Amino acid sequence: MIKTDVVIIGAGPTGLFCAHQLGIIGLKCEIVDNLDKIGGQCIELYPDKPIYDIPAVPECTGEELTKNLIKQIEPFSFNFHLNDRVQELSNNNSVWFVKTTSGKEFSTPNVVIAGGVGSFEPRKFPTKSAEKFDGKSVLYSIKDKTIFKDKSVAIFGGGDSALDWAIELSNTSKVSLIHRRDEFRGAHASVQKVKELSEKKIINLFTKYSIKDVKGNGSLEEVEIKSEEGESKTIKADYVLGFFGLIMQLGPIAEWGLNLDKKTIPVNTENFETNKKGIFAIGDICNYPGKLKLILSGFHEGALAARGCFKYARPNEKYRFEFTTASNTIKDRLGVK
Amino acid sequence: MAKIKYIEHNGKEHLIEVPNGLTVMEGAVQNDIPGIDADCGGGMSCATCHVYVKEEWHDKLPKKEMGEEDMLDQAYEPKSNSRLSCQIIISDDLDGLSVYMPEKQV
Repeated sequence: MIKTDVVIIGAGPTGLFCAHQLGIIGLKCEIVDNLDKIGGQCIELYPDKPIYDIPAVPECTGEELTKNLIKQIEPFSFNFHLNDRVQELSNNNSVWFVKTTSGKEFSTPNVVIAGGVGSFEPRKFPTKSAEKFDGKSVLYSIKDKTIFKDKSVAIFGGGDSALDWAIELSNTSKVSLIHRRDEFRGAHASVQKVKELSEKKIINLFTKYSIKDVKGNGSLEEVEIKSEEGESKTIKADYVLGFFGLIMQLGPIAEWGLNLDKKTIPVNTENFETNKKGIFAIGDICNYPGKLKLILSGFHEGALAARGCFKYARPNEKYRFEFTTASNTIKDRLGVK
Repeated sequence: MAKIKYIEHNGKEHLIEVPNGLTVMEGAVQNDIPGIDADCGGGMSCATCHVYVKEEWHDKLPKKEMGEEDMLDQAYEPKSNSRLSCQIIISDDLDGLSVYMPEKQV
C-alpha cells in the first residue's frame, strides 16, 4: 500500500500541471495512466500537430508540450504508474483506497481525476462473430509477432499501424491488407512500399472492402469481406488484425458513484471537487457552466484543485498563498537558489 | 436556419430547427438527441459524431476537408456516405437534410 497526499488519474497535460501545483505547495502525489507513455491525448492523438493556444507559447507540438511539462515537475520526483488503470475506489473515514488493474494499492485523502474522456482502447470490429475470437485470433495489437510465422494474416486498416505491420509481417506470413477506401492515411513511404509489395503479389491488397464475417470451427479459418456494392470475397486467415485507432471509454470511472452528465463529471468551480469529498475532476472530463475543453483551462482547474487537496492532506495547517518569484520555501522545493 | 431530421439507429426521428452557423453535431448535442457523442467537442479529432447522409444530399454538402476521411477510417462502420457531423455547417441550403446515426459511436 502506497500512502500519498494525492493520486492523479491521467498523465495528460492537465494531470501533469496539477502535479506541478501540488509540488509547489508541498504535497506529494502518484500519477496513474492507462497508456504506456506520459502525455495523454497530446502524445496519443497529435504528437506532431502544432498547438497555438498555450499562453505565452505561440506554437508547440503535443510532444514538445509534454516534454516541457515533464521537465517542469522533475524537481519533485513524483512516481508514474503507466500501463495501469485505476479500477476501484473505496472510502473509509475520509481516506480513499485506490486499486489498479495491475494490483497496486494507494491510500490517500485526495484523488484528482484528470482522465480526458476516459481511457484509450482500440476500436474493435463491428462484426459480432469476431467477439468469440477476440484476444486469440482476432487481435487489435501485437505483443509477440512470432506467432504469425508461416500463417495467413488478414490486416484491416489504412493508417501507419496497419501498413507497418503488413510490411513487417509479409516477410514471414501470408498477408492480406484490407481497407475501406483506396487512399491510405499512413506515411507516404509505407503506402508506396505496400503498393510495391502488392504488385509483386507478396501482399494481397483489397481496397474498398470492409469486414463482413469471421468464420471457423474452434479456430479461425477464414474472413469474409464485402464491398459497398454488396460483393463479397472470402480470404483464408489464421489471424485477423484490426487497426482502426483508439476510442475513449469512460470505463471504471462510471462505477465510482460520482454524479455524471453524459461522459463528464460535474464539479464546483471553487476547487473542482465532485459530489464526493476528496475526489476532484479537472480537464476535459469535468463539467461546469462555461467549461471550455482547452489545455489552458485544464491548467487553471489543476491549480485550484491542488489547493482543494491541501485542505484534506494537511488538515491542521493553514494554506498560505505564495509566489514562485518570492518564496524561499518554493525555491527549496524546486531545488533552485 | 435549416430543419434537420436526425434519425436514430432504431428509426426514431427528431426534426430540429438549427440556426445557421452551428454544425449538425451541435444541433444534436444542444437538443439532447441521443446517438451523437462528439467526444472531442467538434475538433475533427475523434470519430464519435459520425452520421450517414443520403446519397442525394451527399453531393450537395460542402466537400470533406483534408483529415475528415482519415478520421472516418476510425469510425464505427464507415461507408462512402459517412460524414463527421461536426464538419457540416448549417446554412439555409441544408433545409430538409436527414442524417442517419450509426448503430453506435464507440
